[in-house]
Amino acid sequence: MNLGTRKLLDRSFTALGIGSIVIMGLALLVVLAPIVSKGVGALVFRETIEHRKLLSTEFHRGDGRELEKEIALSNGYRQKAFDMLAVFDQELEQMTPERQEQYRESYDQVKTALRGLLGPLPGDTDPELARNRYGQTRWDKAEEKLRELLYEQKWDYSNPDVIAKPYDVSRAPGFAGTSLVRLFPYVEQNLDKMLLPEWTFYWGFITDSSIDAHFFGGIWPEIQGTLFLAIGAMLFAFPLGVIAAVYFTEYARDGFLTSMLRSANSTLAGVPSIVFGLFGLAFFINTLHVSESKSVLAGSLTLAIMILPTIIRASEEAILSVPKTYKEASLGLGSTKWNTIMTVILPAALPGILTGGVISLGRAAGETAPIIFTAAVSVGTAIGLGDVLSSPTPALSWNIYNLASEHEAAAQIRHVQYGMVLALVTVVLLLNLSAVILRARISKKLKG
Amino acid sequence: MPMTLEATEPKKSKDSSVRDIYLPPERKKVSGGGVPHVSAKNFSIYYGEFEAVKKVSADIMSKYVTAIIGPSGCGKSTFLRSINRMNDLIPNCHTTGALMFDGEDVYGKFTDEVLLRKKIGMVFQKPNPFPKSIFDNIAYGPRLHGIKDRKTLEGIVEKSLRKAALWDEVCDRLDKNALGLSGGQQQRLCVARTLAVEPEILLLDEPTSALDPKATAKIEDLIQELRGSYTIMIVTHNMQQASRVSDYTMFFYEGVLIEHAPTAQLFTRPKDQMTEDYITGRFS
Repeated sequence: MNLGTRKLLDRSFTALGIGSIVIMGLALLVVLAPIVSKGVGALVFRETIEHRKLLSTEFHRGDGRELEKEIALSNGYRQKAFDMLAVFDQELEQMTPERQEQYRESYDQVKTALRGLLGPLPGDTDPELARNRYGQTRWDKAEEKLRELLYEQKWDYSNPDVIAKPYDVSRAPGFAGTSLVRLFPYVEQNLDKMLLPEWTFYWGFITDSSIDAHFFGGIWPEIQGTLFLAIGAMLFAFPLGVIAAVYFTEYARDGFLTSMLRSANSTLAGVPSIVFGLFGLAFFINTLHVSESKSVLAGSLTLAIMILPTIIRASEEAILSVPKTYKEASLGLGSTKWNTIMTVILPAALPGILTGGVISLGRAAGETAPIIFTAAVSVGTAIGLGDVLSSPTPALSWNIYNLASEHEAAAQIRHVQYGMVLALVTVVLLLNLSAVILRARISKKLKG
Repeated sequence: MPMTLEATEPKKSKDSSVRDIYLPPERKKVSGGGVPHVSAKNFSIYYGEFEAVKKVSADIMSKYVTAIIGPSGCGKSTFLRSINRMNDLIPNCHTTGALMFDGEDVYGKFTDEVLLRKKIGMVFQKPNPFPKSIFDNIAYGPRLHGIKDRKTLEGIVEKSLRKAALWDEVCDRLDKNALGLSGGQQQRLCVARTLAVEPEILLLDEPTSALDPKATAKIEDLIQELRGSYTIMIVTHNMQQASRVSDYTMFFYEGVLIEHAPTAQLFTRPKDQMTEDYITGRFS
């Protein structure tokens, strides 16, 4: 191969390498950017007066006097809208039943939309669910609701070849000639005065419990549950894994049994996580009865079994990569095997072992399937440390799935779901970061 | 299997006369020295089926420096490492015949190899300090054997470092990581670390092969310093080194001990043709 060809090959390979790195970076950006931008929306948003009312009643936060002034201010504007409704109600009573029927459906929709915007209307009974006790707490959602009030959504079935398309029809013409027709422009123009939006940083999203199945409040129970489960799993898996790795590398004789054990370990690493979930239910809860039903303990044990192979593998690699000379030196000084392992080999292998631990920790924090049957509930309060043996807990991964697909009003609380995704990614990143720092410090100490 | 070994009996008459002739005057008298410290009798070492060391019989004299020379793969390292049972780490390695240390069977059923290694220290080919501070490196052995008092440890560390001629270079940075030292310093640190457990025998497995000439000279000086206090065995590729530092020399070839004699005699008037060919560089 001549020089020119060689150089060309080198260059093209360099270009290929850089290209693939750039593609990877872009992919990461494409994934991370929406997670961050949408997730931040759960914390930083324009809150309406309804949100301030909520914080004051449910969490006893905020300045009561200031709030009362604001409520008085917004009620002034709201009252006018309510008066329009009252006038229309009277008008409706004097109509013939046929005409009443004509307005009934659309009028009910208008009232529902208005309730969604501003909370209960005068004359409504006190709603049971918190979600109906307050209007829109977020301005972006309020604007969506306003659209529902102003327009009626209809479907266009005219072309049978394509899927029907929705289109909006203004409600106002439907009420032409009645007093209600004034309501629409009034609300549209004065909504900001009725809701008084303000930019806010809602740190309670991280530290508050949720209210009414994540309609309001924060995700602290989920964050705490995730931490409990991940750390619990590590408490079981890390010591076991390291001990197993020490056995494999230092004590086990090469033979049939050892190679069987090794391949069993590799196989365990390849088992799908849902299988671990079912196994955890069948073994830890139904057979061993570690707890009555789902619990953090059962979930941690299941996660521990799942991450054990990874920890064993990584620890084995780390121990094997410790120079043999360390071992010789220690044994040559009259050290016992046990002492050599504890004072020389494990400290030198620690950075590698920690790396394996961190990867596993991140995985334990993020896994959904193993905790579905063993630990996770969709809604709940934060449990205390004393309850981990018997209580289930909400957890980020499971609740992200739940909010995405099973929640009754998933579409209305997307921001909570995005916030949870951001929280989970952050938790995993922070766990990784702290371990990376720890690892760097230990490595530095080892290298001098 | 306790064996009676003639080799363990000091053969003063014949041996001392040889020594008197060939040793330089300053080396002749070593107090408490000159008795067999390690004795091999028909001692063979096998790696599986392969016989790496073949029926060696030899006495290693106490408090003297014995060099082991021979071409690569002749079994000299294997023999050295068998003395404190470092070969136990190699699977499939087993021995036949007898190897006695102070009249005790090294490979006996009831021999505690940990205790044995405490008495027979070893320095390896490549400097292998632990990734710990200099102090912790030296104190590692004493701590293992139960010394916890900081003052005592400090005393041992200083004494060992002084013996290894390293104290002046590192006394102000004992808490620094040992891997920050130069190769030669690291090797002397390894010697100091071994001395800290107060062994009777010091096994040096090509201690200078990874070092530059300057560091090598320092290690050789160190061996001269330690001569007379410890029984020292040194495996070396370098025949000049063997002739410079040792009192006795063993020449191995293909696992067989060809010749074992006072260094001056072996290098000036070898009895065996093979030895002569080797030391004159006809093969290597």
